[in-house]
Amino acid sequence: MVKYENGKKILVTPISAEDLADIKIGDILYLSGSLTTCRDVAHRRVVEEGREIPVDVRNNAILHAGPIIRPLENDKFEMVSVGPTTSMRMEKFEYEFVKTTGVRVIVGKGGMKEQTAAACKDFGCIHVVIPAGNAVVAAVAVEEIERAEWRDLGMPETLWNCRVKEFGPLIVSIDAQGRNYFEEKKVEYNKRKDEEIEKICKEVKFIK
Amino acid sequence: MTHEEQVRKMTDMIAKFVGFTGKKLPDDVIAKLSELREKETDPMPKVIYDTMFRNQELAVKLDRPSCQDTGVLQFWVKCGTKFPLIDDLEALLKEAVVKATFETPLRHNSVETFDEYNTGKNVGKGTPTVWWDIVPHSDKCEIYTYMAGGGCTLPGCATVLMPGEGYEGVTKFVMDRMTSYGLNACPPLLVGVGVATSVETAALLSKKALMRPIGSHNENERAAKMEKLLEDGINAIGLGPQGMGGKYSVMGVNIENTARHPSAIGVAVNVGCWSHRRGHIIFDADLNYEITTHSGVEL
Repeated sequence: MVKYENGKKILVTPISAEDLADIKIGDILYLSGSLTTCRDVAHRRVVEEGREIPVDVRNNAILHAGPIIRPLENDKFEMVSVGPTTSMRMEKFEYEFVKTTGVRVIVGKGGMKEQTAAACKDFGCIHVVIPAGNAVVAAVAVEEIERAEWRDLGMPETLWNCRVKEFGPLIVSIDAQGRNYFEEKKVEYNKRKDEEIEKICKEVKFIK
Repeated sequence: MTHEEQVRKMTDMIAKFVGFTGKKLPDDVIAKLSELREKETDPMPKVIYDTMFRNQELAVKLDRPSCQDTGVLQFWVKCGTKFPLIDDLEALLKEAVVKATFETPLRHNSVETFDEYNTGKNVGKGTPTVWWDIVPHSDKCEIYTYMAGGGCTLPGCATVLMPGEGYEGVTKFVMDRMTSYGLNACPPLLVGVGVATSVETAALLSKKALMRPIGSHNENERAAKMEKLLEDGINAIGLGPQGMGGKYSVMGVNIENTARHPSAIGVAVNVGCWSHRRGHIIFDADLNYEITTHSGVEL
């Protein structure tokens, strides 16, 4: 569901396709509820190996991240630092991953491409970015680590299933209509880059 | 102090310093980020900068690494041949990383290649990276520490251009990298460029360039001019914080150079993310130390 508090738009798990319908690229959101870290090898296991993901992420959120965890007693863990990793690495798996798992919100860093945009459109999902490098802001929004699965993958790649409160800010990079913020921005960036290259080249003719 | 005690003392100090650099950014980086934050006016870059500054405050307050990717540790050592611990240095740096990893804590970021397993200690074959500059007749040891995170390691690239491509080719090589990979590497970036004679000489210089303070300039007038041209040019692309758009893209561009073969221009680019966790510490022969990058640190 969606709620508004303290001027923030907050997605609360479980999230439905309708909850995402009027969200647009560039919007700033927060997330409360179930968020599970899930990155390279976990994607490969689900998509290539056909293994069932041991944490149910349907109508919930995943985070492309490899956190720093401190083990506590009784098989409990503390989230010390957590922040997003480059989402693009998961691009080749993400369409099948969204289709198989029914995840609604993918939190990561930087843009993703056509396959993910297609998944967002086809299955009702969004990709959002949390400003990277802000691992303590993100960690203090984790209320508890409820489960840790696929621990054989080591600390960065384990599925850390977290209960989060107002996790964010999350900036929408792909919306459920399949619009892609970064791809649209890249067109602008490349145009300006070409203009700048032309200007600089006139000034650096040092070999004569 | 016995030699063994000295080794232990230096190991402890390096471990503490490494841990510290994961929690607090260097003074020059904080100053530059503050300056760029003030210049942004749109809501999105402002929200992002606000988050960054809140994060850095929380990291110090809660004594935690400010970014979860504490990188592969890299050390640039400028060691005097008369420094008493020169023989022990490489081993003690490795030991210091293990110590820092469990004390700070740091993320376990060393995966053995081919065997493809995480060592769980943040060190492995050849990690931490240690580069040596030997300084004749000196008894001091200068160490640059750097946490090379995955995100800002990814844009790294080197090539050899034909002289016909000239510095125009260098320009294009650097600029293209900014829009293809740079925007995902956590801008505002510090961009290091190496211009030399081959891929490895250029690549090493491009990393070395990232150790230079923000706002410093290459001593060659033309190289310094090119630093400024590239800085202005990349800023004009408007990557903004996190590559999501804004008035500025970089904290600076640092170029390092050597002479080249007449037939080749080696060029490389390496970037540091906004969370540029660089440290610089100088030891004398009695292990008294001076830290140039961070004010007010006691180890």
